[in-house]
Amino acid sequence: MLHIVNKSPYEKNSVASCLAHAQQGGAVLLIEDAVYAATKGNAAEAAVRRAMQALPVYALGPDLEARGVQGSVIDGVQVVDYGGFVDLVAEHRTSQSWL
Amino acid sequence: MSQVEEETAVEAEVQAVVKKFMFVNRKAPYGTIYALEGLEVVLISAAFDQDVSLAFLDDGVYQLLKGQQTKALEVKNFSPTYRALEGYDVEKLYVERESLEARGIREDQLLVPVQVVSAKEMAELMEQQDVIIGF
Amino acid sequence: MKIGLLINEGPYNHQAADTAYQFARAALAKGHEVQRVFFYNDGVNNASKLTEPPQDDRHIVNRWSKLAEEHGTDLVVCVAAGLRRGLVDDNLAPGFRISGLGQLVETGIESDRLVVFGD
Repeated sequence: MLHIVNKSPYEKNSVASCLAHAQQGGAVLLIEDAVYAATKGNAAEAAVRRAMQALPVYALGPDLEARGVQGSVIDGVQVVDYGGFVDLVAEHRTSQSWL
Repeated sequence: MSQVEEETAVEAEVQAVVKKFMFVNRKAPYGTIYALEGLEVVLISAAFDQDVSLAFLDDGVYQLLKGQQTKALEVKNFSPTYRALEGYDVEKLYVERESLEARGIREDQLLVPVQVVSAKEMAELMEQQDVIIGF
Repeated sequence: MKIGLLINEGPYNHQAADTAYQFARAALAKGHEVQRVFFYNDGVNNASKLTEPPQDDRHIVNRWSKLAEEHGTDLVVCVAAGLRRGLVDDNLAPGFRISGLGQLVETGIESDRLVVFGD
């Protein structure tokens, strides 16, 4: 399953909740305000690093750039564009948006 | 084929497919409309004879608390709708144990019979679905 | 692949409508079919013909209308959610149509993928 999260880890528990349910074989895509979870030093960094041991974590490039944080992405988080977003949706049988 | 025949054929084809739909509820009732409008989608999906289940986790578990009284708010109390789900053959209601415990809620405080599952079990249930809709 | 989109938030207030639009464009560019875009909750406001955003910013409603015009994308506004928020035939932008929640369920059944954009 592709897990899509869109809210900052400081605003909602969506990132945490998502990571608590994402399983091996799936993937996590951080979009919109959730891209902050992909930045070094943020509250969700440890959880994101732990998750990456089991499944890939992606962040949407345009959202990182809009927020000026494209330079501080956690090592191992893969940056994709909207085309990559589409590819992830096609690759996984289902998607779930953690709103 | 005439338009009517074609539409009927598509409808029949669509009806023949049964997918596993899971509606994920993570938000509390009344503070936002998502609980109420989410329920309306559930009722419609039952009419399409799909394999429907509901998941309640995080603040979504609050939707199922007994004793909701909305008179002073002057908003519709839609909690009785959860009891009506059974009549629509929607009987798979999964509630996450960790979310209940974090909120100090016991199963006997819920207004409908549910299956309490762990986060891990919930994750596995989610993996089995064909379509997941959350608000 | 047939991809359906569900949009639960209105234009400008949330990024959902923007993200969904960019996703739809990218999906079409890759040769996928956008089977339907269903607007629910405040998402129905994406269909209002009355919006007049500032000239130097994107016109979200017109963008959807153009998508429908160029690709024949089915843009469906939920009738009940529309009524609740004052979105009816009289103020519907071009390219949108109003229909029931059943269209959303049908999209789930007919599409290969359904992606939800919301708050």
